[in-house]
Amino acid sequence: MNRLYLAWRYLRHQRAKTTILVASMTLILYLPLALQILVDRTARDLRRRADETPLVVGARGGALDLVLRALYFEGEVPAPTDMAQVDRIRRGGLADPVPLHLRFRVGAQPVVGTTLDYFEFRRLRVAEGQWFGILGECVLGDSAARELGVATGGSVVTSPENVFDLAGVYPLKLKVAGVLEPTHGPDDGAVFVDVRTAWVIAGIGHGHQDLATADEQALLRRENGSATANASLVHYNEITREQAHEFHFHGDPAKFPVTAILAVARDSKSRTILSGQYLKRDEPCQILRPSQVVEEVVAKVVRIRGYVVVAVGLVSLGTLMTSVLVFLLSIRLRRREIETMRKIGCSRGTVASLVVWEILIVLLTGALLAGVLAAITGSFATPLLRGLLV
Amino acid sequence: MSVAVSIRDLEFRYADGPFCLRVDSLQIEAGARVGLVGPSGSGKTTLLQLVSGIELPQRGRIDVGELSVTSLTDAERRRFRIRRVGSVFQEFELLDYLDVLDNILLPYRIHGALQLDDGVRDRAIALAESTGIGDLQNRGVRRLSQGERQRVAICRALLPQPELLLADEPTGNLDPKSKDVVFDLLLQHASREGATLIAATHDHGLLDRFERVVDLASFVAEAGA
Repeated sequence: MNRLYLAWRYLRHQRAKTTILVASMTLILYLPLALQILVDRTARDLRRRADETPLVVGARGGALDLVLRALYFEGEVPAPTDMAQVDRIRRGGLADPVPLHLRFRVGAQPVVGTTLDYFEFRRLRVAEGQWFGILGECVLGDSAARELGVATGGSVVTSPENVFDLAGVYPLKLKVAGVLEPTHGPDDGAVFVDVRTAWVIAGIGHGHQDLATADEQALLRRENGSATANASLVHYNEITREQAHEFHFHGDPAKFPVTAILAVARDSKSRTILSGQYLKRDEPCQILRPSQVVEEVVAKVVRIRGYVVVAVGLVSLGTLMTSVLVFLLSIRLRRREIETMRKIGCSRGTVASLVVWEILIVLLTGALLAGVLAAITGSFATPLLRGLLV
Repeated sequence: MSVAVSIRDLEFRYADGPFCLRVDSLQIEAGARVGLVGPSGSGKTTLLQLVSGIELPQRGRIDVGELSVTSLTDAERRRFRIRRVGSVFQEFELLDYLDVLDNILLPYRIHGALQLDDGVRDRAIALAESTGIGDLQNRGVRRLSQGERQRVAICRALLPQPELLLADEPTGNLDPKSKDVVFDLLLQHASREGATLIAATHDHGLLDRFERVVDLASFVAEAGA
């Protein structure tokens, strides 16, 4: 304990030198450790979500974009497919389709337009409130509720895609019907709405004053039982129970867009057959096994990690050698102190053990700090690296 | 009176110089206060280092009490030094990174032969108080005056209650006022502990304070440049 005490006092006295050495050791240990944790946790989380998602159907294009968007609600919005593909899967009877409309956001939180089947498929449960029941209602993920600062009964407003696009998407006020239990996954950050609500946000469906009862000034003409309104007709930017019946959709429902479709196959044979149906050359859609796509990504990340580890290892070696040099030089500078101890009765072994204790304290402190930093990094690992990937 | 230090047929040379110290016979009685004088390079420091076992002579024998220092192994000489010898150096040789109390306790922290316990701590504090640095216990030694630093060095030498106190120019770096105070402290504590004091000095003003003065010039066979 005496030697440890003396070593500690020396290091405390040499604050600047000790701080630099500890910082160097921390970096030497932290960088490879953090990289390892970052890659391992990200790979684990990516794989887990991918393994839980059997098949994803979407328009042909970037497989990674489609999978990342469908699973994590992040990255580029892939080209949409349509509801006809949902019906096709349903009619085929090989899988249950879950449509996903993933184009909009509320602030930084993604709006996920889907059906109640999604919650059943992901085994999500409501912590407070209830599922969305009518158009214009939403259910918030746990962290989304916290980020947006709202609870059941409150409301959120969707973000316009482009404030300068007058013909674009207008914000829609959504009433919060419920908040989900935390899942520690991407669902926590999402704002879930019925897919039809997503279409309302997209402008495919809308609500306005009943033209039969609207003020004549809002009409351009009325002839043969049809009425044409002018721009003064009031359009709703909120859907309430009172005017929900005035919301309607224009066009062929089969053509309504969805970003991706989760296809929950009945069994492995159904999955194989269903996958085969999308192999035709003129097929407009692709079907993906998320686990395969994610595995390719993970393999690339692991390969890159290998290069980075080598680079970090070389830098660490250089830093380590510099640190050793600092200790050796400090022994030379402390020759007088060592000579004093020797004259009093101290052995060379004791002097050496003092230096060893100093090295150990620096190493252990560095390791401790590296461990703490690595633990902090670990908690941000998945969003951090996924953010880099998308 | 018993003999504290006995030197016979001593010859010592440094490996890298012409200096040679020869002492045919020197007996110092237990409890004596002996001054070593001589010009620079006469071997005062060397003799103190030989007596404390830091250096070993090429020839001859040094006994401290019943112990033959020249026959001891390196580890035994270190043990002998830490337990039976207290050294005060001209330039104090304190450790800058320790405070006053830890510098006084240093011998107990660097060798297992001395056990540091509450009793030792109390004794260190009492020593510090008796030498007038009691209120500086937790102060870093770099913030002390020269006189205060030498008092710390004296406390460090006295704490293990050595039978032999070796002081190498203990007042060499002190102003006249501090010199007298420090030297008095050294003599008082040596007497109180019953230790034999051998002090090398070139300060002739202090010689009448010793019971005996040994002039090393008479022992030196060859002095280096």
